[in-house]
Amino acid sequence: MSAAGRDRARVRPYGDKWNDGVVQVSFTLPLPRSEVALEAAKRYAGKMGIRDPYVTLAQAVAPEFTFFVVYGKAIHEVDVSAIAAGEGEAPRRSREEVDAEIEKRFGRRLVVLGCALESDAHTVGIDAIFNPKGFAGDYGLERYTGFDARNLGAQVPVERLVRVARQSSADAILVSATVTQNEIHIRHLTDLVDMLEAEGLRDALVLVAGGARLDHALAKELGYDAGFGPGTTPARVAAFLLEEISRRRGGEERA
Amino acid sequence: MTPKLDLPQERIDRCRAHARRVAEDVRRETEPFTTVSTERTVLRLLGVDGVDADEVPIPNRVVDALSEAGKLSRGAAVWIGSALAAGAGGVDEAARRLADPAEARSLSEHPRWRQAVQPLVEAALARIGSNRAERERRLGSHPPEELPLLYAIVATGNIHEDIVQAEAAARAGAQCIAVIRSTAQSLLDHVPFGATTSGFGGTFATQENFRLMRAALDRLEPEIGRYVRLVNYCSGLCMPEIAAMGAFERLDMMLNDALYGIIFRDINPFRTLIDQNFSRRINAAAGIVINTGEDNYLTTADAVEQAPAVLASQFINERLALDAGLEAWQIGLGHAFEIDPTLEDGLLHEIAQAQAAREIFPESPLKYMPPTKHMTGNVFRGYQQNALFVLTSVATGQSIHLLGMLTEALHTPFLSDRWLAIDQARTLRSNVRHLAEEIRFRPNGIVVRRAREVLEGAERLLDSVAKTGLFDALAAGVFADTRRSREGGRGREGVVRRVREYSNPFREAWDREPAGATS
Repeated sequence: MSAAGRDRARVRPYGDKWNDGVVQVSFTLPLPRSEVALEAAKRYAGKMGIRDPYVTLAQAVAPEFTFFVVYGKAIHEVDVSAIAAGEGEAPRRSREEVDAEIEKRFGRRLVVLGCALESDAHTVGIDAIFNPKGFAGDYGLERYTGFDARNLGAQVPVERLVRVARQSSADAILVSATVTQNEIHIRHLTDLVDMLEAEGLRDALVLVAGGARLDHALAKELGYDAGFGPGTTPARVAAFLLEEISRRRGGEERA
Repeated sequence: MTPKLDLPQERIDRCRAHARRVAEDVRRETEPFTTVSTERTVLRLLGVDGVDADEVPIPNRVVDALSEAGKLSRGAAVWIGSALAAGAGGVDEAARRLADPAEARSLSEHPRWRQAVQPLVEAALARIGSNRAERERRLGSHPPEELPLLYAIVATGNIHEDIVQAEAAARAGAQCIAVIRSTAQSLLDHVPFGATTSGFGGTFATQENFRLMRAALDRLEPEIGRYVRLVNYCSGLCMPEIAAMGAFERLDMMLNDALYGIIFRDINPFRTLIDQNFSRRINAAAGIVINTGEDNYLTTADAVEQAPAVLASQFINERLALDAGLEAWQIGLGHAFEIDPTLEDGLLHEIAQAQAAREIFPESPLKYMPPTKHMTGNVFRGYQQNALFVLTSVATGQSIHLLGMLTEALHTPFLSDRWLAIDQARTLRSNVRHLAEEIRFRPNGIVVRRAREVLEGAERLLDSVAKTGLFDALAAGVFADTRRSREGGRGREGVVRRVREYSNPFREAWDREPAGATS
């Protein structure tokens, strides 16, 4: 197909040619390495929509398990025009811009609480967003003059978080979920929404979830205003908070 | 290993002298106290075990009842001995009686308590000693282990699934298997009981889980021709109880840091420092290699800035460990490969820090932790970072190498992730086997200057900690920018002032004959 005739709305993976559909996948089958296992891997790839599967690695990783790397051509395509623009996206702004906008729009510091909930003992996510050092060369919220950023750390009980939110008249709560085994994060995240609603606080603040297994759609489904996945920089979160808190607190904006 | 960094020995000696002052101050401050967890540990060593109908461990019931009766300050062993001397038909019956608050109140100290409890003390010491001898026998029956020891983690939450993963890792070449604990177990003020199948981010440390995994790894030994070391976490509010369980079930290594619980879990400093001492005495007697947790400073703060704090903490951990009877070969000092991979010459800094640790603590096995902070989900770059980590580990003679996972920060490792890590480490370990002997560092080059700078920074820090004392330094936020006050933190209520006649027969036995003297 000529470059001009390419339908940019309907796409397949790109290997080295337009819409060749080339993909690389890896998975482990609970089978000892054998010809049968190899054939099983090809058939499994076929069911994933991969045509002409080419097994480049069939490695016994344990007596009863074989690890496969398979290349092939994916038959499926997606219609990009049917995808709504990501709601979690806010215009990109520098830290200085965000600070200046907060000063201009609110004339006060916005109170932002952050933590990991209940049994989750991991601070890596919340620290990346809050600590002055930040993440990937991008400064954390504690370095912003516009935010009164309070990192409550890990293992914060939902009840305590709600109490602190009330006492500090928080503008936003950021929750990081690192431990996701048995879907425990879903339970804790939902508990928080339930309790904020029961306490009549839910609409008064912006609620954001982040974590390795989180995205915007899941966060929305759980009753959050936004969700941020791995690799999110503090600046993206800061820009989102600025816009979302502004939207909520429209009346508070300075003349 | 031949020293290559030309580090000034007087400076290293001054660091050790500062660390000694820090440890002496800790001992002076903590000596008048015991803790509920230390007393529960004494009970466990005496053979008190099991849970009641409400799943509360019997050691907790007994300690709570003694506490209520105002009797804990004398030491739990005194009361078990008294109950036995007064006619209890064994340790179980003695514990059952003491678990009842009314009986705990009414029991008076028996003049022959010590004689009554002595056979139980001896039985515990014998069990610990025979486990140690058994480990030495098993290790001695195989060729020397290849270093660094490859250390793999399993963390399914289900001990039976953990065994499947551990067997796979051991067969692939892992030499140490650590069962990660369920998240937040460090904050439980009791140890769960029995085999467990549901945990979050890990599996509960219970004595039965220890026994099951130990048996599985022993079963594998004839097949793979190696002894596989079992590791668990001797930290948190039940630090010494875990040590006792590990000593009974022949664990080989324990994460056992003096400061970790204070800084990263907000456990009361007195509670932690008292518990670390007793847990380390147990580990000393059991011949267990402890791993300290300095890597944690680097995951929460910048690895370049924090390098002196890591070294200072290693000196303090070393001194506190020696004071608890551990020998240098048992003190696995922790550090990590956590420098931002995009930093120019970052690898040279890693090499400098790893080589410095090796030269400053030549007799100690060093526990080297993999990159985690700068793992981004880009598994390809992650695999490359792990390769540089292995290279540095082998080139600087590290002892215990925790395998990095290419999917770090994404999910608990898949079976294939662990295999890829082991395969990478084994291939590289062989591929650069004698690199350490071949390389020298340029005098006044980047590596040598960096190592010197870190040592100087550590000395300054230790000097200031020695001047103020560890408790004030913790309150001032010297470590990991975290402030921890003497009176604050979890578990403070479990610190108990001893009476003058306080007795802990195990401590007394180990004070008379330090564990190391027997081997």
